Amino acid sequence: MAAHTDILNTINEDLDQPDSVEFSNVNKRWGDNHVLRDLNFTVAPGEKVSIIGPSGSGKTTILRILMTLETPDSGVVHVGDRILWDATGGKKVKETKETLATRKRLGMVFQHFNLFPHLTAIENVVEAPIHVLGMTKTDALERGEELLDLVGLNEHMKHLPSQLSGGQQQRVAIARALAMRPKVMLFDEPTSALDPELIGEVLGVIRRLAKTSSMTMLMVTHEMRFAREISDRVVMFDQGQVVEQGDPEKIFGNPTEPRTQKFLEVVGA
Amino acid sequence: MTWDWDFTVEILPDLLRGFRLTLLITFSAFGISLLLGLVVAIFRFLKIPVVVQFLNFYVSFIRGTPLLVQAYFAFFVLPYYGVVIDAVPTAILVLGVNYSAYMAEVFRSGIEQLPKGQWEAARALSIGTRRTWTRIVIPQAVFPIIPVIGNYLIQMFKDSAILSAITVLELLGTSLQIGSRTFRYLEPITLTGLLFLAVSFPSSLLVRRLEKKYGSAH
Repeated sequence: MAAHTDILNTINEDLDQPDSVEFSNVNKRWGDNHVLRDLNFTVAPGEKVSIIGPSGSGKTTILRILMTLETPDSGVVHVGDRILWDATGGKKVKETKETLATRKRLGMVFQHFNLFPHLTAIENVVEAPIHVLGMTKTDALERGEELLDLVGLNEHMKHLPSQLSGGQQQRVAIARALAMRPKVMLFDEPTSALDPELIGEVLGVIRRLAKTSSMTMLMVTHEMRFAREISDRVVMFDQGQVVEQGDPEKIFGNPTEPRTQKFLEVVGA
Repeated sequence: MTWDWDFTVEILPDLLRGFRLTLLITFSAFGISLLLGLVVAIFRFLKIPVVVQFLNFYVSFIRGTPLLVQAYFAFFVLPYYGVVIDAVPTAILVLGVNYSAYMAEVFRSGIEQLPKGQWEAARALSIGTRRTWTRIVIPQAVFPIIPVIGNYLIQMFKDSAILSAITVLELLGTSLQIGSRTFRYLEPITLTGLLFLAVSFPSSLLVRRLEKKYGSAH
């Protein structure tokens, strides 16, 4: 484990400073479904935050708006000192140059990995660094190999996703997101699509990142024990709103809101 | 009428020459149809207002009129408006443009089969539009449609015979010419059919194997 200090140091050096995330009065509707209701929500630079709550409560939408896969109907979203979305004053939200530039500060790990199936593990990892960040092939490959090594896949660099297990694919996806040197990492239920015996290896990688990196991390998860273990703060989300948030020990050990109590009871945490 | 072997041997070189032209027309038109079809499919996907309507019209227009009519129009009508092209290039263009409409639909189905997550991953990594198409979308969209494209190639090969109607001396044109010169149609037309079959039959077996390998897209 100690062998990876180099790459872990590099990740932190490249990071320079992690970014904060801020949602101000953000609304999002899908037809009749009010997914986000006047959401005000902040993540401090370097903070590790887990969002829990019932399915369909809008948790994933928070991440998707940050990754620019959805647009907010109203409100403002900041990443660090930059405006990602500005949908104030009733005007329709527009994707600006600032949106696209700000997006590069974020990285996302998807529930279903979304690796490019026709590219090998290492090709998946170096594609964007070369063609988006403009790194040289040599540098990108060197960095990519270090990252794949970090997630325990040095033996599988040249393998296609179809030749890898779900857990291995998700670890490639984590390396691919890290290769873009994000200041904020988003994890969208990263283990929900995995067979139970493969969940541990993916959580292991995320845990290690959470413990060693100063990156801001925002995770939607159903792994309650894991959320409790690695988070600085846990947010209980339901019906488009933050129900309760705070220290993981408090949320899991002594929740005050009935909705949180009920949810934790149902999921058996 | 009995089969004349001496006559068969005599006309064979001419027929093979015609056959070479059939292959040339088929493959050139195939190339055009693939390129043009891909461009049409991509532009329809980008949903640029007026362009989309024009391309939708283009596809329905071409699919809604017979190849033979299109060929006559290009060869006999366009010259009135100063567009004069030789028979063979006209044949290649007509066949290529005709099939581009079908290829566009095939490419569309291939592109639509791509999981949404692929677009999202490309976007999350800030990969640009052009690079997303060339590196992520097209390579994946093409695999499942290879068998369908193969079937269209065989169909184009057979349809190229229609172009004998605009004086192109491909296989059928050559064989009709021999017939009208010698008043013997049995040998040239039979040989023409056999030559077509000799290529299309093994090709369709190959396509069937591709279908098993890549799965049928339709």
